[in-house]
Amino acid sequence: MLDRPRSPQEPANVVAPRPVPAERVPAHALPSDPVLPLSARGLVFARAGRRLIDDIDFTLEGAGITLIMGHNGAGKSLLLRLLAGLVEPDAGTVTWNGRAPDRARATRVGFVFQKPVLLRRSALGNVVHALKCAGVKRAERKLRAHEALQRARLAPLAGVPARLMSGGEQQRLALARALALRPRVLMLDEPTASLDPTSVAHIEALALEAVRAGTRILFVGHDLAQARRLADEVVFMHSGRIAERTPAATFFDNPQSPLAARFLAGDLLLDEDRKLKREEETTP
Amino acid sequence: MQDFSGEFFDAFKLVAALDPTLLEVVGLSLRVSLCAVVIAAMVGLPLGAFLAVARFPGRGAAVILLNSLMGLPPVVVGLAVYLMLSNAGPLGVLQLLYTPGAMIIAQALLVTPIVAALTRQTVEDMRGEYAEYLATLGTGPFAMVATLLVDARYSLLTALLAGFGRAIAEVGAVIIVGGNINHVTRVMTTTIALETSKGNLAMAMGLGMVLIAIAVSINAVLMSLRSAATNAAYG
Ligand SMILES: Nc1ncnc2c1ncn2[C@@H]1O[C@H](COP(=O)(O)OP(=O)(O)O)[C@@H](O)[C@H]1O
Ligand SMILES: [Mg+2]
Repeated sequence: MLDRPRSPQEPANVVAPRPVPAERVPAHALPSDPVLPLSARGLVFARAGRRLIDDIDFTLEGAGITLIMGHNGAGKSLLLRLLAGLVEPDAGTVTWNGRAPDRARATRVGFVFQKPVLLRRSALGNVVHALKCAGVKRAERKLRAHEALQRARLAPLAGVPARLMSGGEQQRLALARALALRPRVLMLDEPTASLDPTSVAHIEALALEAVRAGTRILFVGHDLAQARRLADEVVFMHSGRIAERTPAATFFDNPQSPLAARFLAGDLLLDEDRKLKREEETTP
Repeated sequence: MQDFSGEFFDAFKLVAALDPTLLEVVGLSLRVSLCAVVIAAMVGLPLGAFLAVARFPGRGAAVILLNSLMGLPPVVVGLAVYLMLSNAGPLGVLQLLYTPGAMIIAQALLVTPIVAALTRQTVEDMRGEYAEYLATLGTGPFAMVATLLVDARYSLLTALLAGFGRAIAEVGAVIIVGGNINHVTRVMTTTIALETSKGNLAMAMGLGMVLIAIAVSINAVLMSLRSAATNAAYG
């Protein structure tokens, strides 16, 4: 029953439940939500003897945008892919509302990659294909695809081969394509890296619109100004760990961890900077 | 030194006048090779896509085998099909030897590895690029193969055309299993061989012109396909 993908007519962007501490609500008490709470327990991903994701516990619920920040190589992309069920952890578990990610619910979690993966089809064809994979009826696909392109202001480019579009347009298309499926959770991995300011504004506007419609967003970024504009809360990662998780209101002016403070001050934190990491672990 | 300009002129006249004998031979050639390519596509596309997407022990060996089958000598394929279809062979009851059916089988055997191997390579490259995105859509193996085949369409058409080119120009296999029987199994290549040995150079050269024209057309189509694919960034 829960495994069935939501039927296309059903409004997918249900109003997000108020944030409730996960511990107080057993997973089976929220049968209506396909994904939330999205939770990781004891997550480890190791390669070549290095723990790239080092024992992470994390729960996503409620509403709004959670921004994941941290230096290059901190493990942000990897964490996102683990949470999306795209990569298998070496230890620990990821659950979507109490159960492991499965194919039937895959389209309830949208994902936009840093480098967009666009099919060798038109812009419209890309969205139609995604809708088909999500089980949307043939008769509705074109209409919904056009709506999605319209919202991303890509309607005039509907017939253009996706791979001929500019970088900004390609990323907007990738986002429009993800949003066309009305995901419950949307993961964005540095979607605005190396885009022009107009494209960045477009992408941010689309993300905020999706949040208003009830989509929960996990956004990886490293631009502080952008983080201030978008974030409801900030997760700061370092060396495969979550150094802190703080409401946006306090994070920027009063970060809780020395690592994040140094990051905000523009300090270069090297991944090998494990001494600091250990210090932090020993001081509660 | 003999002067072939007379024969060349006669050959040109045969082609220009749409000589019925010549048309019959060209028609059968096209039919046999087209059927062979259709069969090769029906087997080779899914087989190549399966090898590109599936992971099983022995897959590497299967890929190597498939790649080496691309260069099968036509006479060996002809011999094998002959042994299968001859009265003493396992498929002798079908009574296909010395029919166009036998020629289609032989050419399909030659072309299928080409189509499958090129499909495998193309689809595997594309799979690496698409895999994570398709995973975010919960795509199962069949939908994945379907997506990859559609997106590789230009390269796959190229592979089919290459297969057709090989089939229509091939002589060794069809002469063994077809027997080059007048009005029944005579195709362009076998007729050229026969008429040349009989000294009927006009017919041989006329068919040679048609064969070359077909080869040139195939390459023209290949090039325009390639540039269409590049222009749309679909290559
Ligand atoms: N599948 C993998 N195999 C080996 N190393 C990986 C893999 N994925 C990521 N890494 C490494 O893990 C580290 C963290 O990567 P990533 O999550 O992409 O960092 P970022 O925070 O910049 O997004 C990097 O050093 C990267 O090279
Ligand atoms: Mg990254």
